[in-house]
Amino acid sequence: MNNGENSVVVQGLTKKFGDFVAVNNVSFETRKGEIFGFLGPNGAGKSTTIRILCGLLLPTAGRASVAGLDVMKEAEKIRQRIGYMSQKFSLYNDLRVTENLRFFAGLYSVPNKILAARMEWAVKMAGLEGRERALTGSLAVGWKQRLALGCAVLHQPPIVFLDEPTSGVDPVTRQQFWELIHQMAAEGVTVFVTTHYMDEAEFCNRLVLIDRGQIVAMGTPTELKRTSMHGELLFIESEPLGQALEVVPIVEGVLDVAVFGNAIHAVVSGAAATAPRIRAALEAKNIRVRRVEPIPPTLEDVFVSLTAARDSREGRAA
Amino acid sequence: MSPARIFAMMRKEITQVLRDPRSLLVILLMPVMQLVIYGYAVNLDVNHIPLCVYDRDDTQTSQELIKRFQATDYFTIVHVAHDYPDVLHQIDSGVATTAIVIPSQFDETLRSSGKAGVQLLIDASDSNSANVAMGYAQSIIQSYSSDILVDWEQQHGLPATGGGTVQFQARTWYNEDLESMANIVPGVVAMVMAVVGSFLTSLTIAREWERGTMEMLISTPVSALEIQIGKLVPYFFIGVMDTTLCAVMGVWWFGVPFRGSWIVMFSTSALFLTVVLSLGYYFSVVAKSQMAASQLAMLATFLPTFLLSGFLFPIDQMPKPVQWLSVILPARYYVEILRSVFLKGTSISLMTGQIVALTIISVILIALATRAFHKRLE
Repeated sequence: MNNGENSVVVQGLTKKFGDFVAVNNVSFETRKGEIFGFLGPNGAGKSTTIRILCGLLLPTAGRASVAGLDVMKEAEKIRQRIGYMSQKFSLYNDLRVTENLRFFAGLYSVPNKILAARMEWAVKMAGLEGRERALTGSLAVGWKQRLALGCAVLHQPPIVFLDEPTSGVDPVTRQQFWELIHQMAAEGVTVFVTTHYMDEAEFCNRLVLIDRGQIVAMGTPTELKRTSMHGELLFIESEPLGQALEVVPIVEGVLDVAVFGNAIHAVVSGAAATAPRIRAALEAKNIRVRRVEPIPPTLEDVFVSLTAARDSREGRAA
Repeated sequence: MSPARIFAMMRKEITQVLRDPRSLLVILLMPVMQLVIYGYAVNLDVNHIPLCVYDRDDTQTSQELIKRFQATDYFTIVHVAHDYPDVLHQIDSGVATTAIVIPSQFDETLRSSGKAGVQLLIDASDSNSANVAMGYAQSIIQSYSSDILVDWEQQHGLPATGGGTVQFQARTWYNEDLESMANIVPGVVAMVMAVVGSFLTSLTIAREWERGTMEMLISTPVSALEIQIGKLVPYFFIGVMDTTLCAVMGVWWFGVPFRGSWIVMFSTSALFLTVVLSLGYYFSVVAKSQMAASQLAMLATFLPTFLLSGFLFPIDQMPKPVQWLSVILPARYYVEILRSVFLKGTSISLMTGQIVALTIISVILIALATRAFHKRLE
């Protein structure tokens, strides 16, 4: 077991709220300087897991350690070694930018001799130079989020937990945010980040796909795309889409179908044999076919395919 | 415990209070408003009772008696009647609530027999005021008649105030003029402190939950106790400021005497503030909503202090169960202490009972508040 100050080790973690199982027997480990992504839809148990790791919730069962410290017994010690950015904005809107920074610097006991430099760094990182005296509530979401990140890492913690840091943020700011995350990781910080944006998941070093409290798959984005699909992927562009959707699933060799934009992604066993069969079936129904060709899967394909497989295994409708 | 973290909490709280107009209003205006409203409205003194005079004798002697009524602040002559129905009309219409009727031959009867009666009519629809008016009138007439007696004795060559006449003289202590203001102001101070103190702290924790700032706060190394101290200390100083404001207003504006020591006043006020601030903080922790917490704080301080602290109604006149209930009411002890400090100047050694009671209550409340708050989301 890895006991380093950068590690997060989770074994059989379970959290129940009454009858509802929010996190179900989850196990994983992170490495130093890694961007560890927690990917899943809303309500999958991402925030609950992060909150347990930050010592804000007690697990129902299982064990978890952060920076080599037990989350149940040593939560207070953990807090000095982590930075946490909650899903909901949680800085003080009625304080100025510098007042928020100074407050959290005080709570994290940032030494006086580096305080000024750290605050300057945070202001610059958040792009708030010249607006230090602005009330935090008056800032746009993107700046608020970056300021929140600044407050959370003023004390240079070895592990940072970011719960959906880019939700509600414009694409440019999202990109800037991910650059910050990469910078921190390059400096050796372990970044634990949750998201429901599939494209963001590609930026992670390692990923856990989580759905309804359970881990569905784990690995690097490349590994996941290569190994987790139960078959190959065909890209089908045809018109009208609605009719095509009725035809494609019943073609022999098609395992699963999902709509992406105005195209269909079909998971098939044996792309070479299935593609002509799909084309023929569509043309037989007078549906215009533009393209039927194999494509490399995206993480979204992986996720849809895995959760669909799980649904059919458990006898639920997809 | 880290002084730096407590300091960071305190600085943040003060900044937020100073930036919030509503908080400032509660801190500065509420004490002044309450003191003025209760100071004037809850005035139990009966002064300038409207009096109707009907002098059927119209001699120097009867005029002398009427002058006595005129000379006090207790009565104001609003009407001089010329017949009896007129007197009744004045009372019925409410122009006068008291009437004095001096019979004809008042002077003559007095001279011949040494005894004469006057009629006093009092509108007793407000029984309290009627009693007071009766008391005032009796004492005026009594002092007048004893003076007459001395005159009479001297004129008849008798030794003055002889013959075993008992001179009865009542003396009131501490509040010599029997002004209810002097009695009320210490009570109002206690009430303002209780309401303002518990109201302000009832918002602190609940506000962090409502605005979502609590989640980030409890993810930092700051401990529950550091949060509690960091949040209560600024309000403690605000409370001390409000106490001073109330006391100074009481003395300078309402003319209440201040006979005790300021040290006793501030040390006991500090104790009472600890009680009410902890109470508000406890509600804030338990309720998690500003609305619910502040209402609980109001409910727990306003009416009990108003009705049961002895501020308006003497505790020893209350039914036994209510008296027992008032034992757990911190304001009761603080009102007793403040009355002693303002009116009697009693030494602190005579307030041991009240101080011990307040200490016990504050320890219990601090413990409750500390135990109730956890750095968890559940």
